[in-house]
Formats: sequence, C-alpha cells, structure tokens
Amino acid sequence: MDDQNTSRSHALGTKVHRTALRAYARSIDGERTAGAGQSLLSIRDLDVRFRLRGQTLHALRGISLDIYPNETLAIVGESGAGKSVLMKNLIGLLDKNGWVNGGSIIFDGIDLAKLKRERDWSGIRGKRIAMVMQDPMTSLNPLKTVGWQIREALRYNQNMHGKEADNRALELLRDVGISEPERRYRQYPHEFSGGMRQRVVIAIALACGPRVLICDEPTTALDVTIQAQILQLINSLKDKYALTLIYITHDLGVVANVADRIAVMYAGDVVELGSCDEVFFDPRHPYTWALLSSLPQLGTRKQDLYTIEGTPPNLFHPIRGDAFAPRNPHPLEIDFLHRPPYFSVSPTHKARTWLLDPRAPQVEPPEAIRNIRELTRMG
Amino acid sequence: MNQKEPLVSVRDMHVTFGGGRRKFTAVRGVSFDIYPGETFGLAGESGSGKTTIGRAIIRINPISKGEVLFKGKRISGKLPRQDDRAVVRDIQMIFQDPMASLNERAKVDYIVSEGLTNINKNLSAAQRRERVRGALLDVGLLPEFSSRFPHEFSGGQRQRIGIARALIMNPSFIIADEPISALDVSIRAQVLNLMSALQKEHNLTYLLIAHDLSVMRFITDRIAIIQKGIIVELARTERLFENPLHPYTRALISAIPIPNPLIEKRKVLELYDPGVHDYTIDKPCMAEVEPGHFVYGNKRELDAYRERAAIVRVRRGGQ
Repeated sequence: MDDQNTSRSHALGTKVHRTALRAYARSIDGERTAGAGQSLLSIRDLDVRFRLRGQTLHALRGISLDIYPNETLAIVGESGAGKSVLMKNLIGLLDKNGWVNGGSIIFDGIDLAKLKRERDWSGIRGKRIAMVMQDPMTSLNPLKTVGWQIREALRYNQNMHGKEADNRALELLRDVGISEPERRYRQYPHEFSGGMRQRVVIAIALACGPRVLICDEPTTALDVTIQAQILQLINSLKDKYALTLIYITHDLGVVANVADRIAVMYAGDVVELGSCDEVFFDPRHPYTWALLSSLPQLGTRKQDLYTIEGTPPNLFHPIRGDAFAPRNPHPLEIDFLHRPPYFSVSPTHKARTWLLDPRAPQVEPPEAIRNIRELTRMG
Repeated sequence: MNQKEPLVSVRDMHVTFGGGRRKFTAVRGVSFDIYPGETFGLAGESGSGKTTIGRAIIRINPISKGEVLFKGKRISGKLPRQDDRAVVRDIQMIFQDPMASLNERAKVDYIVSEGLTNINKNLSAAQRRERVRGALLDVGLLPEFSSRFPHEFSGGQRQRIGIARALIMNPSFIIADEPISALDVSIRAQVLNLMSALQKEHNLTYLLIAHDLSVMRFITDRIAIIQKGIIVELARTERLFENPLHPYTRALISAIPIPNPLIEKRKVLELYDPGVHDYTIDKPCMAEVEPGHFVYGNKRELDAYRERAAIVRVRRGGQ
C-alpha cells in the first residue's frame, strides 16, 4: 500500500496539482495510524562532527528518528542541542567544516547522508524538502517584489512561466492568508509586517510543492498574537497541501498546538520521543521535566521560576554517561558512568534515561508538571 | 500602595516622529504612575509604542506633549546640568538583544564601568575595579570575566552583563525593554529570577516592557496594555488575568500558548477587530471600572465593562 503511495507521489513529480494532492492526502489519511506504517524519512545513527579551530565538535551523537507521512514532528531543545544541524543535514546545507561521520538518512530510497555534490541536491532541496527559516527579514530579498520571489520559485522548481505563474503565485498568497494579493504581489518585503513576511516565506516554500516542510523556529521573531495565527496557518496548510511537517523550536509551549509527536533533543541526542500527549502528560526524562517546568505558564506568581542549573555540556569533549547528569537535580550514580539506552514506555514513547530501568529508584516528576492536564486557561 | 508617592509619573505623554506630512504619532496621550518597589509591565504588540514610551522616559526620544515626573520633579525637556546628571544615574535601561547591545570591541570591564567613569571622572582605577567586581558578582558572573570580550559569552551571560552595566550606577529605577525575548526558554527563567532577586536586594523599581504576557503574569505587579499608542487597559496583574475587559487584552491573553495539548489543539483564538468600537459620536476616555482597574472606552462600553466586572466579582465572592 505504502509503496503505491510513494510511486504515486513520484508520478506527480515536480508539477503539483492541488486536487491530485488532496486526493493523495485523503488516501494517506485513511491508512495512517499514529506512529505505525512506513516512514517517509528514516534517520539512522546519524553522527555529525565539525572541525573548529583544530578541535572536533561532536554535534550529533547517533540520532535515529523516523518521520511518517502527514505527521507533524516537533523537535524541541535548547540552542546548541543540534536541532538545526539535524535539519541542515536534511536539505544538504551543512556548513563546510562539518561532515557526516556515520549513519544514514533514507528519503524516497536515497541516502541523503551520502549525497556530496550540489547537483545531487537540486532535485531534493526545495522541491521535495523545503524549509522556512527563523527570521523572515533575512530570508527574503529586499530588492525584489514579493511576487517576483514567488515566481522565481515556481520558475525554477516547476518550470512555470507567464500568466500561469502569476495566477499560481496569487493563489499561493491567498492560501497563506494575505488579503488583497493582487496589490501585495507588487510590493517589496519592507512593506510587509513580520507576520506577513513569514507568510510570504511559507508561500515560497509551498511554491516548490514539497512533501516535507521544515519550519525552523518560524515564530520566534514574532509577536504572541501573530505567532498564534501563523501556527493556525501552518496547521491548515498541512492538510491542504498534504505536508509532512518538522517543527523546530525551543519553546515547548508552542508545540502543544501543532505537534503530533515530539522529539526532545539535548546535547546532540534525542533524549525522549513520544506522542504529543505522552510527552506533555507523562514525560519521563529529567530534561523534559526541566524544560516543561521552566515554562512561565506553569510558574506561580511571585515565586522563583524553575531554572535548569548550569549550561549544556561542551561538545568538544567526549561525553561520559548521561549528558544531562551534571544539570540533573537528582542524578543517579550510573548517570555519570554509562550512557543510558532507550527504554520503551509505550510502543510510541521512549526515553534515554536510567530512571526507566527496573532497578532504578522511583523518582517523581516535579510537582508543577504533574497537573498539566488540569491547566485550562491562563490566569 | 496608592497612598505612596509615585516614583515615576507619566502625564499625557505624546511622542511624534517626523514632521509635516510625514508626521507620525507613536504615543497618543499616555498617563500612568509607577510606585517605588513595584514592577510595572507595559505590554502590547510590536508597533504599539511600548518601547517608545520606555525610551521617552529615559529621554532618548523627546516628548512632544505632556511630561514625565521622577521623584516629583519634571525630567522631560531641558534640565539644569546637575539634575540631568542625577537622572542619568538614577534611571537605567536593560536592552532587548544582548548580542547587539554590547560593544564587541570592548572588554567587559570597560562595558560595565563606562557609565560610572562618565559620571564620576575622579574615580581611581582600584575603586572602579572594585565596583565592577561587585556588579559582576551581583548578577552571578565571576569577577575574572571582566577581562574578556562579549563574544566569549552565551546569550544569557551577555544579558547578565547588560544588567550589571545598569546596576553599577546604583539606580532606583530600571527600564527593561524585552530583556528576555531573545533568550532560550531555560535561560529566560534564570534572568527573570535574577531580576526579581536584584529588585529585593537593591530596592529597585522596574518598568518591564514585553509582548509576552505569560512572562508578565509572573513578575509584574501591575500591567498596562497598550495598543496603537494608547493604553487600553491597566490593572493589577491578577485582576487583569482574572477578568480582562478590553477586547484587545482578551485577544492578547488568548494568544498565549497553553502547554496542554488537549486544550491547545481545540483552542479558538480571540481575534481583535478594532472595528467593534464606534467612537464617531461618543468619544472614548480612560475610566476606572473597579478600584485600580482602568479601561479605555466610551460611555456605552464602559457601562458594559462595569457590569461585567461586577458579575465576575460576585461570582468570585460566592465561591
């Protein structure tokens, strides 16, 4: 069944017809069950290193992740956890001083980790895997009109010209919720507000007809009200364009809205992976506890907010045991000696912590996050 | 709290940029008081004028109409040299982006002590070093850091340097303009806790400018919600979250993501439509709908707000 789907999407090739895509989305939706089925992107033991000033930085320490068609996977972690490095591997934009030391990324039968030449990437980056970056001000060309920039994507990726490209670009602008697209089409990025610019960036990403859309902190630079609107937009576009979404953020509060599954990253490793409900209501890794507890939404007024003491480990040095152990308020002895394996909590939920070992003592998650389920409104 | 003398009073502040046909009024008649020892929050979207108000108080932007009183004295407009000095020392600012607000080519020692040496020219090197040491320790940095450059620090540490720079002047009033929005979630908490601790220790008064109400709820005593250069609602923080009255405030609060997927996935956003206000005949003003709770509206709206406030009070009291 899944093979059939893949081949069908191949047949669509670069020219994307919305109706066909919708039918495709329906056919997949019918078969999809959470966490089951064949993965669209399969990352195995990915190990990425950088050479910096004569030292080797171990940025990704053996990451395995599966991304399933039409799901939204949120990747959460502090800066320096390796979220962006992981995503750059998926679109072949790894910095020059970095290399893949081992592991594979299988997408549509191709191992992306093995692609070396720019030419190999041209059929994948943008066309099949597109990305929305953090800062909409720097990802648009200030010298070209918004319409020109969308048309450029259509021309380059879908070989669309003239009136056809104009119409498609206007349609895209409408889809991302920009009012008066005919007028906006001829305007420059500086005439748009931050939220509107981010919508334009999303329109450009969609113009290439990708199956996977990576959103790298798309709302961090935006106001809270605009952030809520962009999240809604991304959710609605996901269904309309049959997208598989990878959503990167450092703010766990944001992902409750968008995520189907959540991967929590720390020091170049996925420490906890589970469905959205599992990670919020039954988190198991002490780092996930800490991330949740430090959300200001969970704090009590006029009491100190929860903080994670210390700083993330220096990835220039080899890490022994559990990378989070030095910052963990209640570490076990073994945390400093051996790296924990993954322990399964449920078929869809696993965490890399010795606390899940049957021999480990019972440690309760912090009080603040035990009542997340009861949290219904702010105030 | 109201019996006390306000530390800062803003009276009918207007700030305009440009002139002639390109004149733009960023702040349109804003008034509020900040009392000693409290944390006053100014919240609104980008472009609402909240940063402009902060900058106008510290006299970076000139005020076109109205006045600012500090400790009962007018500090807007021209000041005698001596008063000017005192105000420069007494009001300090913490900036938003710690990556952009520190001089990349200066060492921490210079960055932190620059203001101090400008005010007090005959400070000896030893005294200066001692003051820098004290300020760095206050914000949880090691005194050894004073010989390093800003690029050697992480975002959270840089923001601490920014706070040390403000603190070394022994100010009584600090304006913090989005001090944490450029930081990671886990670092945010550290900086907020530090600010609260310093407030107790040094008896500081804060004006906190931010767009994120979830953080505001945590640290402020009172909040003013500002929209398009006008304060639309002002209340004690608990009251504001318990019973937001102005539709714009309600929209802002509803936009805060709730870390509960069951609720968040079903959440209906309250969108603010400025068209709901009909101010053609009945002109709006700021009025107190219940003690300490001010809302901007015309007579009809204010009556509705008062009714609503009373209902919520009764419901609360009945519980």
